[in-house]
Amino acid sequence: MLTFTIRRLVLAIPTLLFISLVIFLLLELAPGDPMAQVPLTVPPEVKQQMREALGLGEPIPVRYWKWIVQFFWIEPQVLIDNVFGTNLTEGKLRVISWQTRSPVMDIVVQRIPQTLWVVGTAYVVATLIAIPIGIYSAYRQYSWFDQAGTFVSMIGFSVPPFFSGVLVIVIFSVQLGWFPSIYDTTHVVNSWESFVEQLRQMIMPVMVLALQITAQTSRFMRASMLDNLNQDYVRTARAKGLGEYAVVMVHVLRNSMIPVVTVIALGVPAIFGGAIITEQVFKVNGIGQLLITAIQANDLPMVQTLTFIFAALIVIFNLIADVLYGILDPRIRYD
Amino acid sequence: MTDRDRLVPDEGLTPASEALPGAAGPLKIDKPPRGQWADVWDQFKHHKGAMAGGIIFLVIVLTVFLGPLFWTLDPTLPNIRDRNQGMSLAHPFGTDQLGRDMFARMMAGGRTSVAVGIAAMLLALFLGSFVGVVAGFFKKLDSPLMRLTDLFLALPLLPLLLVMMLLFREPLNATFGTEQGIFILIVCAIGVTSWMPTARIVRGDVLALKEREFVLAARSIGTTNAKMITRHILPNVLSPIMVSATLGIANAIITESALSFLGLGFPPDFPTWGRLLFDATDYLQQYPSRVFWPGMAISLTVLSVNYLGDGLRDALDPRIRGR
Repeated sequence: MLTFTIRRLVLAIPTLLFISLVIFLLLELAPGDPMAQVPLTVPPEVKQQMREALGLGEPIPVRYWKWIVQFFWIEPQVLIDNVFGTNLTEGKLRVISWQTRSPVMDIVVQRIPQTLWVVGTAYVVATLIAIPIGIYSAYRQYSWFDQAGTFVSMIGFSVPPFFSGVLVIVIFSVQLGWFPSIYDTTHVVNSWESFVEQLRQMIMPVMVLALQITAQTSRFMRASMLDNLNQDYVRTARAKGLGEYAVVMVHVLRNSMIPVVTVIALGVPAIFGGAIITEQVFKVNGIGQLLITAIQANDLPMVQTLTFIFAALIVIFNLIADVLYGILDPRIRYD
Repeated sequence: MTDRDRLVPDEGLTPASEALPGAAGPLKIDKPPRGQWADVWDQFKHHKGAMAGGIIFLVIVLTVFLGPLFWTLDPTLPNIRDRNQGMSLAHPFGTDQLGRDMFARMMAGGRTSVAVGIAAMLLALFLGSFVGVVAGFFKKLDSPLMRLTDLFLALPLLPLLLVMMLLFREPLNATFGTEQGIFILIVCAIGVTSWMPTARIVRGDVLALKEREFVLAARSIGTTNAKMITRHILPNVLSPIMVSATLGIANAIITESALSFLGLGFPPDFPTWGRLLFDATDYLQQYPSRVFWPGMAISLTVLSVNYLGDGLRDALDPRIRGR
């Protein structure tokens, strides 16, 4: 297992490098010019100098190498500096956003808590709802509960977040006026009242995201439970006189959770990507919204870094899912 | 076509009386031999959700493509006197802030959305089946092609789609004109980023098929690789491809709407369902119904296609069929 993990970790490095190269080359084709906003009265020579100051004059391999160095060598040092109070990065160049002229990673660090609050809560809530639904739907297959569950998850698959989000805004904030339609990120939680306020503004985005995640996870849970309920060991457990609760909730559930846990792990990065739309609908200024504004403003270093972070998350969680599968299921041995 | 039907193996699981009419008695043959597709249709008919989904999808497609023949109002013609109207006989879905008829706009938007969905699905299906069949059939290409698939699966798709829209919009607009250019761009972008699941499923099935006796038999009479793929492999992997096709349409319609909703899809004066929904969110407080119709259309189409795919999967699975 350990050698497998190490081998996969080593394999992940060229994969990530290749992905970063693909993203870099794709952005290289971008028609946008970061100097487009500069007033026309600025003479062309000065504009050329400004371009070179942004590092645009250099050939492509040099710029790719510089990005690699900045992202993989200097940014971790900045992190160490911030944690331990050292100053390794004194005077070194970091990945700079063209939009704000400040380091990209600083902005990312500012935005991540909002995304984690909303998306993370939605993921936890959805998983907690989905697993009991999946268990009961499989246990009473084709009952009205199962049929209703199937229908609700079909709706969860089919209704896109930009519609369900707008719909809950119309219902709960325009018609009923229960919740605010815009997520206020400057809100500080320091008392019971402000905590309740935070909950109120989180309910709608969490609801929209949770519907989608519940739909997927409960389907997987149901399918996995159904696979296990017909196994011989279940009959054995019943035959030796175990109670129904022990059979289903201990024997079957434990075995059914194996694929579901990996599916949950695989879903984490997809949620970061999928939350772009939900963040846009509820005006949560998280990491997805940052990507959209960066794309609209032609801020290539920001887009490059964010896209790469998303890709890295996918690769890492794929790895985690594979390793988890091996740990949880003793029948699977990779080496 | 009957020739191909006979080549499709019946998996040996259909009741013997149907597969071999001769077994019922040499003299009394009251039923003609049944093809695979008759069995599939029989099973499909019993799946209520799939039938309903199929009918609804058909109605939506017919409405958006043939509706303009009967409902002749121009979707882009503003009529300021009639702006912001509610539902009425003259305008069943009301009018928008410029007095354009929402029903006509919905049909025009649906035409684009459904066309994008089907075109992108066909592209993804073609790429996916090609990669899947080649990877499954030629052992040497299997590993590199599957690594490529894994690589594509590791890419963050929505951000990449957004980046692609940003990059290639202007050059394509210059060559093909605004609407054509964006159409080609969206179809290609969605197709290129959604072929991977199909490729994986098809590869798995091809690997299993390659070990079957009928392939060995065909090989022994000297069938070439090209003929082998078109005659024996492709007809037998048709069912996973068809299921992928329905899911592909749903996925493509949602992605196109999401791009339009984020302001990176079709231009503002060119209606699609996603664009109509996006424009309507500005008037959310005053006219919520304007958000409702396009959103409902997207959801209903995707829901019906998903049910269709569900039924198709059951009907095409010979282990479930006949139960």
